[in-house]
Amino acid sequence: MSQNTLYDKVWDLHKVADLPGGSSQIFIGLHLIHEVTSPQAFGALKDKNLKVKFPSRTIATVDHIVPTDNQSRPFKDNLAEQMIDTLEKNCKNHKIKFFNIGSGSQGIVHVVAPELGLTQPGMTIACGDSHTSTHGAFGSIAFGIGTSQVRDVLASQTLAMNKLKVRKIWCDNKLSEGVFAKDLVLHIINKLGVKAGVGYAYEFSGPAIDFLSMEERMTICNMSIEGGARCGYVNPDEVTFNYIKDRQFSPKSDNWVQAVKWWKSLSSEKDAIYDDAISIDASKVEPTVTWGITPGQSIGVSQKIPELSELSVDDQFIAGEAYEYMGLNPGQAIKNTPIDVCFIGSCTNGRISDLRVAAEIVQNHKVSPNVKAFVVPGSEKVAKAAIEEGLDKIFKEAGFQWREPGCSMCLAMNPDKLTGNQVSASSSNRNFKGRQGSPSGRTLLMSPAMVAAAAIEGKVSDVREFIKK
Amino acid sequence: MKEEFQAPQGKILKVSGKCLSLVGDDIDTDRINPARFLKCVDFESLGEAVFEDDRKDLNGKHPFDLKLNQNASILLVNSNFGCGSSREHAPQSLMRWGIRAIIGESFAEIFYSNCIAIGIPCFTMAKKDIASLQDKAAIGNLFFEIDIKNSIAIEESRRHKLEIKESSKNMFLSGEWDATSTLLSNIKLIERKMNILPYIHLNK
Repeated sequence: MSQNTLYDKVWDLHKVADLPGGSSQIFIGLHLIHEVTSPQAFGALKDKNLKVKFPSRTIATVDHIVPTDNQSRPFKDNLAEQMIDTLEKNCKNHKIKFFNIGSGSQGIVHVVAPELGLTQPGMTIACGDSHTSTHGAFGSIAFGIGTSQVRDVLASQTLAMNKLKVRKIWCDNKLSEGVFAKDLVLHIINKLGVKAGVGYAYEFSGPAIDFLSMEERMTICNMSIEGGARCGYVNPDEVTFNYIKDRQFSPKSDNWVQAVKWWKSLSSEKDAIYDDAISIDASKVEPTVTWGITPGQSIGVSQKIPELSELSVDDQFIAGEAYEYMGLNPGQAIKNTPIDVCFIGSCTNGRISDLRVAAEIVQNHKVSPNVKAFVVPGSEKVAKAAIEEGLDKIFKEAGFQWREPGCSMCLAMNPDKLTGNQVSASSSNRNFKGRQGSPSGRTLLMSPAMVAAAAIEGKVSDVREFIKK
Repeated sequence: MKEEFQAPQGKILKVSGKCLSLVGDDIDTDRINPARFLKCVDFESLGEAVFEDDRKDLNGKHPFDLKLNQNASILLVNSNFGCGSSREHAPQSLMRWGIRAIIGESFAEIFYSNCIAIGIPCFTMAKKDIASLQDKAAIGNLFFEIDIKNSIAIEESRRHKLEIKESSKNMFLSGEWDATSTLLSNIKLIERKMNILPYIHLNK
C-alpha cells in the first residue's frame, strides 16, 4: 500500500466514511458536467425525488455535440439541439453555473476548468468523461465517472470508491527538440501497455516532467486513461502556481498566500512509498505515431510497424486485428503513410501552446492538395488568444480551416467526421476502430506539430526535419 | 419475442442464464456503443445499438447476432474489456440487450464501476480458463448459475471459481450497488467534510 504520496494525502482528506461493503465514501470537491453524460443523471434525480446537494460545486459547459462551423441556434441536428437544450434547462432548474456558447468561456470541459482557475491542487475532481484525468496535472485527484456516478455526485457530492494503488513513472532527462508531451505519453503507454494502469493512479515525476509547462503536463495526465489508469497526476510546483495565479476562480490576496502554502504541503514526500515505480528516459523518445487501433500501438516516426513475433503474446491478438483494420503491414515504415484528413484540437492538444507550435510549423507552407486540414480550438478563450496572436491567419493562409471550439472529430459526435476508410493524422487521444465517425475510418495519433507536418506533406513526416528547414 | 426490459433491482444473489462468448482483447466502449448513439437524453433505445458497427461489418456473424446466442445473459470476454470512454451507455446497452453478468480476464476501471452502479456483476478468471469456456460457449449451449456469495459459476455438475472484489460482492448482496441512498445516509458527515476542506474557504 502506498504511503505519503499526494494521492494518499488527497484521498485521506476527502474520505467521508468507510462504507459497510468495504469501499470508501469520497467527497468530490469539483464536479464538471456536460451535455452527453448528465441528462440521464438529472432524470434519475427526478425519479428519486432528489435535489442537487451543493449546486455551487458543479460547473457545466457544452462541448461534445457542438458544431464547429455554424453554431447558431437551434442547431441543424435536432438531437444535438435537444441535448444542449436539456443541459440549459437542468442547469437553470438546479442553479448550476453554465458556460454556454458565446459566454466567452465555453469549450472542452478539460480545457475550460483549468483556464478559469477552477482546477486546483489538492481537490478531488470528477466528471462524466474519461479524460477528467487531465486535471491531475495540477496535483488534484481527478477521474472519469459514468452517469450513475454523476447522479450520486449531484445528489450527495460524494462517491463510493475503492482506493487505487500508486505507480510512480519517473521521466528522466529532457525531451529533445521536436519531441513533445504527446510523444512522451504515447511512448509511456506503449512501454507499459494499455491495461497496465488498471487499478493504479499514475504519478508522473522526474526532470522531464518538471521541465514541462502546465499545458504539456495536462497532455500527459489526459492520456493516463489510455494507459488504463483512471487518474494520473503531477506534484504541484511553481509552474503550477504561476499558471493558476490571477485566473477568474483562483484564490485572491491573503487566500492566495494561504492556498500556495497548503498546495506546497501536498506533494508526495521524499520517503513516500509507492506500489510500483518505473523509469523512462525522455531523451530517447522520438516523435511518436500510432499505427494501430489502441493508443498503445505506437512507434517512433523513424521505426517500422512491428512484426507479430516482436510483440508479447498478450499483444498479438489485437495487433493482428490492427494490421487488417488499418491496412498497414508489419515491417512497413510509418513515415510516408498517406494522410487524408488532419485534425488539430481536443482536450489532449487543443490549447493555445498546441496551436502556437503547429502554427510555427505551417507558417509559409501550404496544406497538401490531397488533405483536408482543420483546427478546432479547445475553448472560446483559446480561440480568442489565437486570433489575437494572428494564429488563425497563419492556419488559414496555409489552407487549414479555422473552426469554433468543441470536441469535434476527436469523437465525431458533431458533423466533423471521417468518411469511408480515410486516414487521419490527429492530435486527439484515441485511435479506436470507428472513433472518428466512420466505421472504417483510420486514425494515426501524434503531436500537433506532427499533424501540422503531415498536413503540409500529405503523409506522415518527421517534424524534426521541418524544424531544420 | 423479446421479453420486456427489466433493470436489475435490490439484492442480487445469483445470475442464471446462457453464456455468450465474445473473443478479443481491449474491446473499447466506442465499439460497444459508437459515439453517434450517445446523442440521446435517455438510455431507452440503446439495446439495439450494442456493437452496431462491428455487427454490420460481420453481416450476421457477430456473436450478438448468432441464433445460438439469442437470450444469453452472461457475457464471456477477454482482457481490458470496456476500455476507453467513460460512457455508461456501453454497459447500459449491454444490459438492455439482455446481459446480466460479465466474466472476463480483466476489465477497464471506469467500465467496471459503471457496471457495478447499474447492477451488472463483473467477475474475473484466468486467461486459459476463460478461453476454454469461450470455446465451449461458441459451439453449443453453455448455461451457468452464478452464486455471487460464494463466487462460483455452476455448470451442471461442474463448478468454476470466479473472482470478484470483496466490496463489489458485498454491494450486490446488500443491494447497496445502487449507492445513492447509502451515500445520503451520511449527510451530516458530508456537510462536516465540506466545511473543513481548505479550498472551499480559500475560494470564497
